[in-house]
Amino acid sequence: MQLGRVIGTLVPAIITPGLEGVPLLWVQPLTPDGEAKGLPFVCADGTRMAGPGETITWEASREAALCLEPSFVPVDHAVTGLVDDCHLEDGV
Amino acid sequence: MIYGRVRGTVVSTIQHPGLKGLKLLVVDKLDPHGKRTGASLIAVDAAQAGVGDHVLVLDEGTGARQILGNPSLPIRSIVVGIVDEVRL
Repeated sequence: MQLGRVIGTLVPAIITPGLEGVPLLWVQPLTPDGEAKGLPFVCADGTRMAGPGETITWEASREAALCLEPSFVPVDHAVTGLVDDCHLEDGV
Repeated sequence: MIYGRVRGTVVSTIQHPGLKGLKLLVVDKLDPHGKRTGASLIAVDAAQAGVGDHVLVLDEGTGARQILGNPSLPIRSIVVGIVDEVRL
């Protein structure tokens, strides 16, 4: 799992069966410090609760598809949860 | 498996139902000498690890789901041990 920030949404005109109605979000991957790292990608939202500006956790590959119902869908990145707080303790 | 150090925790209320009650740890990846590589990940805790602990992280989904006994969990990384000593 990694941290990310939702920076936008994407609406498909046509989508493969199983993904109808699943929100698609643009996600910018983040470091634990909240800095952008890497290129944004499109992510299915398994929680259906995330929106632009929110910090989320995401998962890739087979685990991403497991976030959705049904889980046998062609998805490679998905939101697993919305982050309330990322508490870091440095110098321990 | 990945050698890392627990740097913090992630708190999430709205999440996949299978993740309820699981502790999420921010783990910095370390090289064999204990130096941070710059990469990090969020892993589920299965070893009662805490901040500052040097840990062993399994980064493979099927194994992670096997440990937690739920074949439909969207999880890939799991802390499976706390490291006492590394000898090179």
